[in-house]
Amino acid sequence: MLTFVIRRVFQSALVLLIVGLVAFSMFRFVGDPIDNMLGQERTDADIARLRTELGLDQPFPVQYMKFLSGAAEGNFGVSYRQGRPVGDILLERAPATLELAAVSGFLAISIGIGLGVFTAIRKDGFLANFIMSASLIGVSLPTFLIGILLIYLFAVVLGWLPSFGRGDVVHFGWWSTGLLTSSGLKALILPSITLGLYQMTLIMRLVRSEMLEVLRQDYIRFARARGLKEKSVNFHHALKNTLVPVITVTGLQLGSIIAFAIITETVFQWPGVGLLFINAIQFVDIPVMAAYLMLISVMFVGINLIVDLLYFAIDPRLRTEQKGAK
Amino acid sequence: MTLLTIEDLSVHFPTRHKVFVAVNDADLTVEPGEIHGLVGESGAGKSTIGAAVMGLLERPGHIAGGTVSFKGEKISGRDAEGMRSLRGAKISMIFQDPLTSLNPLLTVGQQLVETIQFHLKLTDKDSRQRAIELLDRVGIPHPDDRIDMYPHQFSGGMRQRVVIALALCSEPDVIIADEPTTALDVSIQAQILDLIKELARERQTGVILITHDMGVIADTTDKVTVMYQGEVVESGTTDQVMGDPQHEYTKSLIAAVPRPTLKVHRFPQLSYGGRQIEFHIDDLARNWHKPEPSKSGTLLKVDKLSKTFLTKGHIIPSRRKFFTAVNEVSFDIKDGEVFGIVGESGSGKSTVARMIATLYETNGGKITFDETDVTALHSHKDLEGYRRQIQMIFQDPYSSLNPRMRVDEIIAEPVKHHKLLEGAAIQHRVDELLERVGLGSDAGRKYPHEFSGGQRQRISIARALATQPRFLICDEPTSALDVSIQAQILNILKDLQEHLGLTMLFISHDLPVVRQMCDRVGVMRQGQMVEVADTEELFANPQTDYTRELLSLMPKLEGLSTEGLKDEIV
Repeated sequence: MLTFVIRRVFQSALVLLIVGLVAFSMFRFVGDPIDNMLGQERTDADIARLRTELGLDQPFPVQYMKFLSGAAEGNFGVSYRQGRPVGDILLERAPATLELAAVSGFLAISIGIGLGVFTAIRKDGFLANFIMSASLIGVSLPTFLIGILLIYLFAVVLGWLPSFGRGDVVHFGWWSTGLLTSSGLKALILPSITLGLYQMTLIMRLVRSEMLEVLRQDYIRFARARGLKEKSVNFHHALKNTLVPVITVTGLQLGSIIAFAIITETVFQWPGVGLLFINAIQFVDIPVMAAYLMLISVMFVGINLIVDLLYFAIDPRLRTEQKGAK
Repeated sequence: MTLLTIEDLSVHFPTRHKVFVAVNDADLTVEPGEIHGLVGESGAGKSTIGAAVMGLLERPGHIAGGTVSFKGEKISGRDAEGMRSLRGAKISMIFQDPLTSLNPLLTVGQQLVETIQFHLKLTDKDSRQRAIELLDRVGIPHPDDRIDMYPHQFSGGMRQRVVIALALCSEPDVIIADEPTTALDVSIQAQILDLIKELARERQTGVILITHDMGVIADTTDKVTVMYQGEVVESGTTDQVMGDPQHEYTKSLIAAVPRPTLKVHRFPQLSYGGRQIEFHIDDLARNWHKPEPSKSGTLLKVDKLSKTFLTKGHIIPSRRKFFTAVNEVSFDIKDGEVFGIVGESGSGKSTVARMIATLYETNGGKITFDETDVTALHSHKDLEGYRRQIQMIFQDPYSSLNPRMRVDEIIAEPVKHHKLLEGAAIQHRVDELLERVGLGSDAGRKYPHEFSGGQRQRISIARALATQPRFLICDEPTSALDVSIQAQILNILKDLQEHLGLTMLFISHDLPVVRQMCDRVGVMRQGQMVEVADTEELFANPQTDYTRELLSLMPKLEGLSTEGLKDEIV
């Protein structure tokens, strides 16, 4: 078990290094930050000086090494655009994105699993069929379109919910939360639905097909043959077995919730790291982009590690294989 | 008092085009302490009767007529809740595959306690105590330790005991056992059947034992009901039905059972239900390119063959763990001989076959085929030359044929691969082979899923014959098939051997089949060859304890009618 975790941590570190390398090799195609940083009255000497100052005259592997050695000390550089340490900017923006991702992840998982189980148990029911058809909308509509439609309906036509921003927030140290104010909660509803809808329908369809598969298994028939109640058969015996394969996909989807937050945050002008990243790209703010990409990869890798550990928790067959191997 | 009465039971499965009648007017009764066998081939409707009694028919299947009564009270037609209150409490069921009938994510104890608490409303502590008692009752050693283990930590036989313990949780009056030993080795099968017999006798439980295995029926049951295509064709005491069958189908079924005590020349072809097939092996022999006999008279010589599998990898070689599947096995096979290897699952018999077929690399030892050291062949060309001469028939006719390929492509593939023929000659060879195995050349344009298990196995045989091999490896070729189909396939293999002079390695766990097929037999156990002898000698005079044990576990089938076999007994 411990060897497994250590091995995975090493693998994760390697993944992060490669992601960073690829990211840095791409930055030069995004544009030249100097263009944005200096005004119209720049001279060639200014450009050359600034270029040397920022280290942009060096080949990208060298820039990458500099970034890494800085990052190892917790120093992610200074934003070209805002002139503030990137670490501070990210810390300030991260709570908004994490809160949004957590709420939409929670919605996606709870509603997705609930509806998935429902549509599997009532396989031929009218409501189940209706939900299945409706879920196609969630799978096929792009995020930004859903966001715009929701804004039009609930903010413009009905006027119930705000169309942008985070509402009022409460600060706890560096963390800011919108979960404790009514305007903050209201502001969360539309973006979190927009962000989570695709994942929700995906999880639902996945849970449904896995559950139908599990319900065909012998141990379910045997549980029924022992006279156990349907509720116990469905939720105690079937659901747990359904979740084993669902966990992998769900884990990856949670990662992509954070990544896809870029689009949702742009549509709703949500002050999170996604919006920060979009702005950074427009300005070719390399330190912000680099730090953001590293942050996202850390999250992906971390979630994957948690998923693997969850397997151990839920499936005894894996546990003993490791024990037996010791 | 009669526990279970089934009268005129009909079960229908409506489909889009027509109603499929799975069971038609079936009658059956079970008395306390009685084991009632329900026998028939696949599709006979025997499992459907079990499911109908339990109220567990898969939709859209339903009881279309007749009644099921439990202790005189009609239970068919009860609503779902009414049926559920009977299930487990009064009538329990045991399924075929112990590997899949237990929930893999819950401990054995959790599953037992849940069921006990549900039926008997005991406290946690009492339920656990009762669970331990039940495990002890079904013969699981150290039940107080093993109760906290997960199903995968039990062997197949032990799992089936756990399944029986689960079925016994609430002291049911009737147990329906649906092929309870089909997935188990003979020694385990005998133990489980003994346990079922013991339970029936001690607790006066009525048992319906659903099986396709005549040996199980003959040794275990008191009464037997024979089914064919949804209808009961014969019913009576086991001695009477097995010893003096009245119905033509029963007669043909019994005649097709391989006997451990009698060797037959050929199995009588089933004459009931139009299953007779035409098979013209003599024609095939005319076009068969007969190879020169090997110089020494010994075609295949296996010397101290070993195979180990890595079970746990590690960077440091000394930390790696290996499993020795085959340990210094030696035997030789003469020209034109059928050599059998018997053994229980995990004994390494299939691994030996795969090494001979060069599907696995060897870890030591030597395979000599007609004076050529096969283990020393490394060039692609030499290996191909060897592989052309040996062909294999696998156990599962469903997974050993590529479902995306047409049958003629499947059979032509080895011919094309070895560049034996070109152009129209390939199609000609394929047509001829299909004709000869009794499928007809039209079969070539179909896909594997359009054929039954026995027909698919004949396609496998045609494919194996396509390169005109000298040596055929049959790895459990009939263990997935019904007894009548098994008889057909065994007849085909016997004919091939006789007319084409093929040498065969025949692998099986089924001793009666081995006795019918093989000239000499090797017995394998845990990767080692424990005994090699002439078949008749091995059955008459076994030399090792293990062989004696295997032979003693084999169903004797002495009470079975020999009608229809008389002309064939050797």
